[in-house]
Amino acid sequence: MDVSVGEASAVAAWRPARRRESWVERLFNYKPFLICLCLLPAIGLLVVFLTYPLGLGFWLALTNSTIGQRGHFVGLANFISVLEDPVFQLAVFNTIFYTAAATVGKFALGVWLALLLNNHLPFKAFLRAVILLPWIVPTVLAAIVWWWMYSPQFSIISYFLVNVLHVRSTYINFLGSAWPARWSLVVANVWRGIPFVAIIMLAGLQTVSPSLYEAAVLDGASRWQQFRHITIPMVLPILSIALTLSMLFTFSDFQLVYAITDGGPFNTTQIMATLAYQVAIPGSELGQGAAISLAMIPFLVAITAANYFGLARRKWQQGAADD
Amino acid sequence: MTDAAAPELLSWDSRTRRVVTIYIPLAIFVIVLLFPFYWMTITAFKPDSEMENYKQFSPFWVHSPTLRNFDLLLFHTRFPRWMMITMIVAVGATILSIFCSVLAAYAIERLRFRHSTKVALAIYLAYLVPPTILFIPLAYMVVSFGLYNSPLSLILTYPTFLIPFCTWLLIGYFKSIPYELEECALVDGASRLQILRRIILPLATPGLISAGIFAFTLSWNEFIYALAFIQSTANKTVPVAVLTELVTGDVYQWGALMAGALLGSIPVALLYSLFVEYYVSSLTGAVKE
Repeated sequence: MDVSVGEASAVAAWRPARRRESWVERLFNYKPFLICLCLLPAIGLLVVFLTYPLGLGFWLALTNSTIGQRGHFVGLANFISVLEDPVFQLAVFNTIFYTAAATVGKFALGVWLALLLNNHLPFKAFLRAVILLPWIVPTVLAAIVWWWMYSPQFSIISYFLVNVLHVRSTYINFLGSAWPARWSLVVANVWRGIPFVAIIMLAGLQTVSPSLYEAAVLDGASRWQQFRHITIPMVLPILSIALTLSMLFTFSDFQLVYAITDGGPFNTTQIMATLAYQVAIPGSELGQGAAISLAMIPFLVAITAANYFGLARRKWQQGAADD
Repeated sequence: MTDAAAPELLSWDSRTRRVVTIYIPLAIFVIVLLFPFYWMTITAFKPDSEMENYKQFSPFWVHSPTLRNFDLLLFHTRFPRWMMITMIVAVGATILSIFCSVLAAYAIERLRFRHSTKVALAIYLAYLVPPTILFIPLAYMVVSFGLYNSPLSLILTYPTFLIPFCTWLLIGYFKSIPYELEECALVDGASRLQILRRIILPLATPGLISAGIFAFTLSWNEFIYALAFIQSTANKTVPVAVLTELVTGDVYQWGALMAGALLGSIPVALLYSLFVEYYVSSLTGAVKE
């Protein structure tokens, strides 16, 4: 395998017809050099635009920098003032609520949708394709549509409830006060997240061998028991990765909230990312903003760790040693 | 709905039962998931008189469709330019990311060195760092590099979330190519880079398409970097421009906004309709690995 690498001269000796390799060719066939060369663009870009900014973020959080102006070292002052800020505390609460409610909603509905799609259906491929649309379309543009649907005067949802179903007599002021606005954001997020969960879950379901269900049916298992004791354990590894990613991205979400409420009314739907943006870019307090966005890291690590150890434990129970 | 009917289900014949437990919930799912697109489309074609007059006109239909909103958008705003900027950014970031990812995935999966799995894990961890943590220091860097307001700042920063995803996806595809092919080529005197170009890449074409369309979609849809790094109206990307440039003052131009949302979604929707299977495989493939 390494003939052309280390022993090029030897090869040339016993097969003189072969053209001698130039040093450039030899360099490019020298494995360590090639490995470095191949990894360089990806690692280089990631180090410059990901690792370095992550470190820079910590440094900025310790200074009073503004946009375009290097600040002075102020120690933990930013973190202390941020932690004492009631708006920040509200944002932490809102972010946790938003993540928890949206995750429960999209996993419950997404798993249900996947189970529905796993039946024999006409136009199944078409349905599956159409269902992924909310996830494909630019989130902000979809969020603008939701914003229009949440309009206090011309909301189509209110119209449907009042004039078609007649279950309400007044239009709903979706975004006018704290809790309706929070739930409205959760609904929009769930709408966008269902397709992701459903498609992943569907892929997971298709890997479950039908013979397991046949065996369960012979043993007299009910539909619920089959779901609980076969489907769930079998799809859990893949579902828990989807859960981790989904929770991480919901927790660090920005665009949906920014587009629909922009944190309003009176910061009651402000989440950590929108608050960090508001403080750092329009408010140009980069140090404070960096401190707010860095405050997300402990939560993100906790989410990842909880899911990872949950998953690892399950795998160990199933007796899967590697993979 | 199904819960209420549950006790009687057993006595029903299987067909009715199937309709209630499968088709009706499925229909509701499809309607709810697709209604915003329908609403966006019909609003875009509505004249102002119909837009806010639900008493005379049923809001669920367009009675006298008009192209006025599109006219306003295309000829009285800089929408065509925003589309062009977004296209340049998305294509540029995609090409850069695919180039980096192919080489990285080849090194990790095919050249196999001592710490290759650790490098792969490190790249995967990079995917878990959300842009909302990075945008503030990145904005600071962009300003000090003199790239503020330049689409180049987006082309250079989007690969931070595209490379991890694409590399991971391509590692999966490269894994499926038999080593024997590579060994044959080595025996025949091909260099490593020739092998990559003439054997691995052609065989991994589906993977390249998946990674490419996904990277394009993610770049097209990206929002926070584009919002933070670009202030000048001329260089905004479509998602940012529709939200920040079309919402002016207290009176919202809902028609133009919806037309903007519709046109801004069309490139990805079109790409999606052409490559549905690739999207599904890349979405599930990335999670499975």
